[in-house]
Amino acid sequence: MITINKISKSFDNIKTIDKISAVFEKGKTNLIIGQSGSGKTVLMKCLLGLLDIDSGEILYDGKKFDKDNISIISNLRKQIGMVFQGSALFDSMTVLNNILFPLRMFSDKTDSKMITRAKEVIKRVDLRDVDNKFPSEISGGMQKRVAIARAIVLNPRYLFCDEPNSGLDPKTAIIIDKLIKEITVEYNITTVINTHDMNSVMEIGDKIIFLVEGKKIWEGTNQQILNTDDKMINDFVYSSELFKKVKLTQQKN
Amino acid sequence: MIKYTFTKFTKWSVLKKLIFQEIDDLIIGSIGIVAFMSFLIGGVVAIQTALAIDNPLLPGNLIGFATRQSVVLEFAPTLISIIMAGKVGSFITSSIGTMRVTEQIDALEVMGINSYNYLIFPKIISLLLYPFLITFAMFLGILGGYMASVYAGFSTSFDFIQGIQLDFKVFHIIYTYIKTMLFAFVLATIPSYHGFFMKGGALEVGKASNISFVWTSSVIIIINFIVTQLLLA
Repeated sequence: MITINKISKSFDNIKTIDKISAVFEKGKTNLIIGQSGSGKTVLMKCLLGLLDIDSGEILYDGKKFDKDNISIISNLRKQIGMVFQGSALFDSMTVLNNILFPLRMFSDKTDSKMITRAKEVIKRVDLRDVDNKFPSEISGGMQKRVAIARAIVLNPRYLFCDEPNSGLDPKTAIIIDKLIKEITVEYNITTVINTHDMNSVMEIGDKIIFLVEGKKIWEGTNQQILNTDDKMINDFVYSSELFKKVKLTQQKN
Repeated sequence: MIKYTFTKFTKWSVLKKLIFQEIDDLIIGSIGIVAFMSFLIGGVVAIQTALAIDNPLLPGNLIGFATRQSVVLEFAPTLISIIMAGKVGSFITSSIGTMRVTEQIDALEVMGINSYNYLIFPKIISLLLYPFLITFAMFLGILGGYMASVYAGFSTSFDFIQGIQLDFKVFHIIYTYIKTMLFAFVLATIPSYHGFFMKGGALEVGKASNISFVWTSSVIIIINFIVTQLLLA
């Protein structure tokens, strides 16, 4: 579980996130949603310690995420997996070496055991015959799978995904969403996902927080978001014609 | 950046591979261009000296002497370092810069890896071998001068060899290696800095490489001036 208490972050005196508090629950897919520029990525980078917060506190299972305490941060980071928007695979390494990378860095296992573990997660994310290919030689969907495999290879307690299905076709996007959801339940990890994709919200949104101009204005589940009366949320959720039609159909029924 | 580079070290088994990789990329990969440039520069220095001192009263060993002094004191360490600022410096900036824009450095940080140590430290260590490259450049520069002056008829083999032995001072070699080590540090750190702290996309990677070359070569020239003033003046 990750708890954030009134965290704020400014750039050049402009508040990008403003006193946000939330609890991201274990074994659930916790979504941060909002329009582009609403502060989602900044919030995630603050959670990961890639940006320093101006005020407030971040607790990982009750332990304060204190950037100055190197031992706490080092231990915590080994328990964090991250899937970046652009996958962030090491382009000079093969798929297998990308997945082996965290193991080689932090594990004392023998080479053969590390390879066995890497192959296990490759199988888990449904990848085949790509071990010796470079990231540039595989599709965007496959790159996401490799990124997920790399993120889970050390059995993390926390998984962060920054817009995991951006740039993917709708079918592949749903497959990736479902894969993340399955892994979250299977490994019982705290998953935090940044997205503005309503398909993802409906598919895997166990818990959702909605940001507008750096402020949290709503919190709930994927069922609650469909029935809320909040105008800002409705403008966001029903911005696409497809969802408008779905809502009209629901109302007619 | 320098402080973080020497803290929180990457696992030795991984670091060792990275250092060998960097030696291959930065040192071994530069042997060809260094050999080509040094040999021709040595030849040009010898020919120009021979043409400039076309006076029967001047001793014949002067061409060898002037070639040795020019190549050992200036051309091998300084000119080759400026060429390396273009070759190695641009490579370092663009490779680290590309990792920055594609979030690969963020990925390292999130994993709890000290990205400064992982990316920059192996480059600094591999460039400790840079004096070997400069020694190679000195040898080939003098050899180029010998070939050009002897085979073009400007000097005899005996005169040239006598010239390169004339008034030899060990301190000149020490001076050359002192500045070579300083240049090696500059070649590893300034391009790394420009790659590490760049912002933007692919176009900015190119711009960062360009700026990195300008800064690296400028700093090399400034250090060259200061060290020469301090040690030889």
